[in-house]
Amino acid sequence: MRLLGAAWRIALLLGLGVFLARPDLFAPIFAPLTRFDAPAIYDGTSLLSLTLNHLALTFAATLAASALALGLAVLVTRPAGAEFLPFSRALANAGQTFPPVAVLALTVPLLGFGAAPTFLALFLYGLLPVFENALAGLSGVSPGVSEAARGSGMTGLQRLRLVELPLAAPVILAGIRLSAIVSLGTATVGSTVAAKTLGEVVIAGLLSGNTAFVLQGGLIVAALAILINDAFLWVEGRLRARLAS
Amino acid sequence: MSVLAAPVASSRRVDRLGVLIALVAILGAILPFALFRANRIVPGEGGGIAAALPPAEAALLGLALLCFLAAAVLRVPAAVKLAAGAALLALACLLVGRSAGFLTPPGNSFARVAPGSGFWTLSFAALLLAADALVRLRLPPLGRVAVLVLALALLGLLLWSGAWDGLSLLKEYGTRTERFWAEGRRHVALAFGSVAAACLLGLPLGLLCHRVGRLRAGVLSVLNILQTVPSIALFGLLIGPLAWVAANVPGARALGISGIGAAPAFVALVGYSLLPIVSNTVVGLAGVSRSVVEAARGMGMRRSQRLFRVELPLAAPVVLTGIRIVLVQNIGIATVAALIGGGGFGVFVFQGVGQTAMDLVLLGAAPTVLLAFTAAVLLDAAVEALSGSNRRKAER
Repeated sequence: MRLLGAAWRIALLLGLGVFLARPDLFAPIFAPLTRFDAPAIYDGTSLLSLTLNHLALTFAATLAASALALGLAVLVTRPAGAEFLPFSRALANAGQTFPPVAVLALTVPLLGFGAAPTFLALFLYGLLPVFENALAGLSGVSPGVSEAARGSGMTGLQRLRLVELPLAAPVILAGIRLSAIVSLGTATVGSTVAAKTLGEVVIAGLLSGNTAFVLQGGLIVAALAILINDAFLWVEGRLRARLAS
Repeated sequence: MSVLAAPVASSRRVDRLGVLIALVAILGAILPFALFRANRIVPGEGGGIAAALPPAEAALLGLALLCFLAAAVLRVPAAVKLAAGAALLALACLLVGRSAGFLTPPGNSFARVAPGSGFWTLSFAALLLAADALVRLRLPPLGRVAVLVLALALLGLLLWSGAWDGLSLLKEYGTRTERFWAEGRRHVALAFGSVAAACLLGLPLGLLCHRVGRLRAGVLSVLNILQTVPSIALFGLLIGPLAWVAANVPGARALGISGIGAAPAFVALVGYSLLPIVSNTVVGLAGVSRSVVEAARGMGMRRSQRLFRVELPLAAPVVLTGIRIVLVQNIGIATVAALIGGGGFGVFVFQGVGQTAMDLVLLGAAPTVLLAFTAAVLLDAAVEALSGSNRRKAER
């Protein structure tokens, strides 16, 4: 069963790689979905460069959001920052009620069209999952363990670095995984404000009534999401196994 | 001794979060309070509080700001902080409406006055202080709903009284009033209808997954994959199949099913809603302790009685949490439906982006955020009330 799962992941990865390198090979598969002799493969920008751009934007936003959210979570779980805890939680929750499209559209006058408003929207959306999971992970470290670390003469910083963060790492990583997957999907919507992501392919398909474009854009994003999700799950599993031993 | 004691005493009297909020408020006071534009699409010129308002009203706002800063920075009871935040917010909202009449030359119907970044920052600071106070007051679920209803009533009063009629946002509204409510109804129907349909499908499916262990992994992984397809693409992909259904299934067209429009958006929203509802139903039912179910069996309850009187009520808070996630998410994603002709508030957002008319974007975005926020508060309160009543029953 596990072998089968691994085999289909590898097949998915290979398929995605070949599709991005030589999309023209797949033209016959997509051709029945087009009408009026429209091209079967998106030709406005190369799919490979759009994919790389999409990934770069997602990666940068997830990295920035994770760094800030983790820093904040560490801060509010220290005794000195404890008074900020309930409030920061409420704020992060309220932030999630802003629809991505609204964030994109409203930041355009400040940042212009393109990647910048998309980055900001992804960044804002990425904060909550990491923050919530880091809070859960850090406050889930049992008081006995913390006390033992304190008893062995560790300073607060040492306890954080050597005990609390390693113990909370799998849960924090799960938060980063959620954040990355959400960003990957939201980056598609970024093309409504002219960001160079795979959403461009989907929107081009919607505007010209070409289902082949919509399908290939959607499929690439879905394949990326499945592969990235699995990679994170694999690392999480390894971390948990190391903690257990 | 007194030298050493002084900083300790002052740090106890100063509210550190309040200092942060006060800094945001000061930034808001420096940034332009209102924007004046010669017509609806040119970039605006900003004016500070003193430039955007008649002197007496500017002074009043300044005074309110000083009171606000004091209430924020000092350690005063949460109720005082709440009052200070609410008062500044109310005054800023009232006065930004007044600035429209003050800045617009008489008889000029092209000029637009919009709230500036200073107004938004100031309101944000006021909301932060009020929100922090509400968190500290630890209101019971009903109390929070009451605060929400009061706030919405005040907002309704503000809009109804005509105090904002001079602002560009309401001028955009004025020229498309009917369209606004029609798209609003469509948005609500899409978001709430899809969640209702997803509940009808997802709850039995979750129950089935709970009972039949072999089904669980398969169903959840299919729903997981569905979740990874980005919303715009899923909307687009459903156009084809639904167009086929409309053309080939008798009566489908009469039901309003067609390739473009609301039908593919509705189906896609239902698809996105299934994963959280099914997985939370499974988790909630799995969390019901075996001993409780055994006790119910011992009391002679039949299988269906156990399900409806014991298992489902105990799982309800977790299931409802899933519904809350989905509802807030769908209210947001429904804006994207406008791209495939599905309507909803997204229509104004995308029109606004196309015309670079930010007031129009706001006309679509503001009610969406308000709707999502209201839904989140109401359902959070319901979840808390349910888990509270379960806990009380368990103690008895």
